[in-house]
Amino acid sequence: MINLRQVSKQYRTDRIETTALDNINLEIGKGEFISIMGPSGCGKSTLLNLMGLLDEPTSGQVALDGKSIDRYGDRALSRVRNERIGFIFQQFHLVSDLSVVDNVEIPLLYRRMSNKERRKAALAALDRVGLSSRIHHFPTQLSGGQQQRVAIARAIVGRPGILLADEPTGNLDSQMGDEIMGILEDLNQKEKTTIVMVTHDPRMADKTHRVVRLFDGRQVQ
Amino acid sequence: MIKNYLKVALKVLGRRKFFTFISLFAISVTLLVLLVATALLDNVFATGAPEVHADRMLGVYRMTMKGPENTWTSPVGYAFLDRYVRPMAKLPSVERVTITTAAESVVSYLNGRKIQSSMRRTDGEFWRVLAFDFVEGEPFTTVDDENGRRVAVISETTRQRFFDGRPAVGKTLEADGQSFRVVGVVRDVPLLRYSSSADLWVPITTAKSSGYKEGWSGNFSALILARSPADLPQIKAEFQSILRGAEKQIPDPKSFKTLIAGADTLFEGAARLFVPGPPVVDPAIQLRAALLALMLGFMLLPTINLVNINLSRILDRASEIGVRRAFGASSRTLIGQFLIENLVLTLIGAGVGLALAAVVLRIFNASGLIEHAGLQINARVFLYGLAIALFFGLLSGVYPAWRMSKLHPVQALRGRSA
Repeated sequence: MINLRQVSKQYRTDRIETTALDNINLEIGKGEFISIMGPSGCGKSTLLNLMGLLDEPTSGQVALDGKSIDRYGDRALSRVRNERIGFIFQQFHLVSDLSVVDNVEIPLLYRRMSNKERRKAALAALDRVGLSSRIHHFPTQLSGGQQQRVAIARAIVGRPGILLADEPTGNLDSQMGDEIMGILEDLNQKEKTTIVMVTHDPRMADKTHRVVRLFDGRQVQ
Repeated sequence: MIKNYLKVALKVLGRRKFFTFISLFAISVTLLVLLVATALLDNVFATGAPEVHADRMLGVYRMTMKGPENTWTSPVGYAFLDRYVRPMAKLPSVERVTITTAAESVVSYLNGRKIQSSMRRTDGEFWRVLAFDFVEGEPFTTVDDENGRRVAVISETTRQRFFDGRPAVGKTLEADGQSFRVVGVVRDVPLLRYSSSADLWVPITTAKSSGYKEGWSGNFSALILARSPADLPQIKAEFQSILRGAEKQIPDPKSFKTLIAGADTLFEGAARLFVPGPPVVDPAIQLRAALLALMLGFMLLPTINLVNINLSRILDRASEIGVRRAFGASSRTLIGQFLIENLVLTLIGAGVGLALAAVVLRIFNASGLIEHAGLQINARVFLYGLAIALFFGLLSGVYPAWRMSKLHPVQALRGRSA
């Protein structure tokens, strides 16, 4: 489903060039649940951003379902992100001025849908993560675990085939982290959603199908 | 989608109340000034009683006589208008022609009290070219003018001043050392109505001296009422042709060789004041361009202010922008969102500006600074105001919107705006 071939990413300033990723070759099949691990600064988030089409590789190729996204313009990339990919961030990144249900609707704003359909899908996603009773709350009124569940609802509301989660339990205690992990496992098992998760936590990584390890921007092991 | 944007827009406004206040203040004051100016210009140039046919009316207001060493510009003389312009009434495209003086200040004495009034001398056709609202009596006629009858039409305010508001038709008033019998009373005419305003109107032939009949420069202007607005270009061309013929009859051919004048709309006539000589570009176009430049210049400072405030708001919202990009918002979509948000702010400011303008105009009218001003926010002025507000919203939103859309999603998610 996701194919990275000889992907490298360098960041250049006037004085120095930093290699964030070096010659990554990775194939992720449909329905897989992968975790990416490695020390801080090894390029985990950079790898996730490339998979999520939020950034471009300096060299190499990223392909989704066999199609390279090399030549995709801004609108095409936006459409692919909207239809195929959902993101879950460590910091949640909920819009504080919008209610829970309005936050979850955000991905659907960029699709041709009626307001009624949009609202229905958002409520279904919130029900899926067990937050039906909080739809009119605001993010600041929720616990960390609840906020992350809203973020998961937002990520899945458009029924994407791929979920990219950047340390989804990083800001949560172990109990909440287990709850979140449970939701992700459930999505992977029941809906065959492909999930790529960056994590520092070996307990979480053990629950996934495969672990990809990075060190100094290179794949190891 | 729009509903979501509106919700966000209103929430963002509530986030930093002080900056929102500054923005709204700048927008509303800018709109206030522009609306008041628009109302003033509307009062002067737009169709309005008694100049209800302004859309098919031309005036010969000024003429320049040019010679090798001399140039003379002034309002037109009666002799020229009577000989060359009045006969244009016979043209198929012309309905009527009238000749009138400018309004002059005259003094009356009533029971030891000095009363200053403005008086205009006109012919009988004046009342058929313009649509005055008579509250008493009727206008004087061409026959009255030809016979030099000392009759007058007065305004309601003049009736109040001279006759304490009681019926005035048939009564006599003295002005400029002459006695006139009142034949009609009309509703007050705003001072800004250049072609028609006065406190009293009397026949041209009642002038104290017949010297007005001579000379091509004087204190007169002519109004030409076309049969339809479509006839205006033809009438203008015909007038130019008449002018070329008149050059051969200039009274002082040694000093002056060329005549420069136009059968103009009021706006064109005003423009000619700024560009009296042969223009390279149409004076009306120049005046419109100057007014537009003035308006844009006036809006520049608040626009820059709003651009800066909007740019600082982007910093606040970098994370949200990153999320929207991550979930499928394209650059174009984000630009549209931001412009809508900015338009919401601008329209709120415009609403405040409109309300303030209504209050200011009411105070202005009551102050009597411009007699019988009757300035108002009519539909036309309101639409101009709305257009200005929308333009302002776009102008102050485009650059910040473009900057917002260019934020790299990864940087934005890290809360960085550059």
